Amino acid sequence: MTSAGHGGDPLVRTYVVTGGRATASRNTFDFVTLVALSPYSPQPGRAQLNHEQNAILDLLARSAQSVAELGALLNLPICVVRILLADLMETGHITTAGRIHEAAEAPDRTLLEAVLEGLHKL
Amino acid sequence: MKGCTSSEPAPVLRGTEVTTKILVAGHLSAGKTTLIGSVSQIRPVTTEETMTSAGADVDRTDLPGKTKTTVAMDFGRLHLNDNLVLYLFGAPGQPRFFPILQDLAHGALGVLLLADTRRLDDTYPILELIEDLGLPYAVAINRFDGAPEPTADRLREVMRLEATTPVVTCDARDRSSCRDALIALITHLLTLTPEPSR
Repeated sequence: MTSAGHGGDPLVRTYVVTGGRATASRNTFDFVTLVALSPYSPQPGRAQLNHEQNAILDLLARSAQSVAELGALLNLPICVVRILLADLMETGHITTAGRIHEAAEAPDRTLLEAVLEGLHKL
Repeated sequence: MKGCTSSEPAPVLRGTEVTTKILVAGHLSAGKTTLIGSVSQIRPVTTEETMTSAGADVDRTDLPGKTKTTVAMDFGRLHLNDNLVLYLFGAPGQPRFFPILQDLAHGALGVLLLADTRRLDDTYPILELIEDLGLPYAVAINRFDGAPEPTADRLREVMRLEATTPVVTCDARDRSSCRDALIALITHLLTLTPEPSR
């Protein structure tokens, strides 16, 4: 679902978009999924974006961020951030180059060993 | 490397790092946010999640008559190496927030349960929640002045923990002490994780 081409009140757009997909993007956007601006140059236009989506892109112009940090910085609930990000993904504005460990299985030893080594070095 | 109190800013995220997370659970004022602040390289920040059936009331207009529950979660970030970033999340401990906890726990390595020996009764419901989540955990006793200091074995007995569940003592204000508690958790997770066979 996309509401592209539907201008108007950004609040209404957010409301409409979010209402349709409260949980659909869970697997794409975990709390710790890193989000970055897409490498496309120039970036796709922002004419169709709402205020919150623009705010996300402004933050990402400074550095990549996790979903949780975007929520905290923008004071938006995670469920809203996820849906805004899903739209920005569709429009080609952002990318999720980082990966979160596949969650369904038990964490692998390589990851745990790397975490352990990192902690020891602190 | 220093904590968020250092003048050194946290490394900037490139977006290509591998990220992982650990939950820090505990009753109110057990010291979750203090612990997260001690190890985090960013000042702990708060993210919110709302619990609504349809996720419909997100337009932030706060219309009267709408009911929503907002759950706040403090978290911190720790760069473990150039390509690995660990997030620590303070987990909401109220049973009614279980759906959010489940979502947060999805993909987490494990849980560090922070407990206060003066309020062990408050820890039991949280222990139950963690067990319902199915995540492995370690118990860290946050040392408070004047609190009883039972031995780890005694705590295991009282809290009915498995013999293998690590019980460590820490000071949530002290970075290396919190780091050691996390090390105990990860070491425990390694013992639960089979050698690679694929």
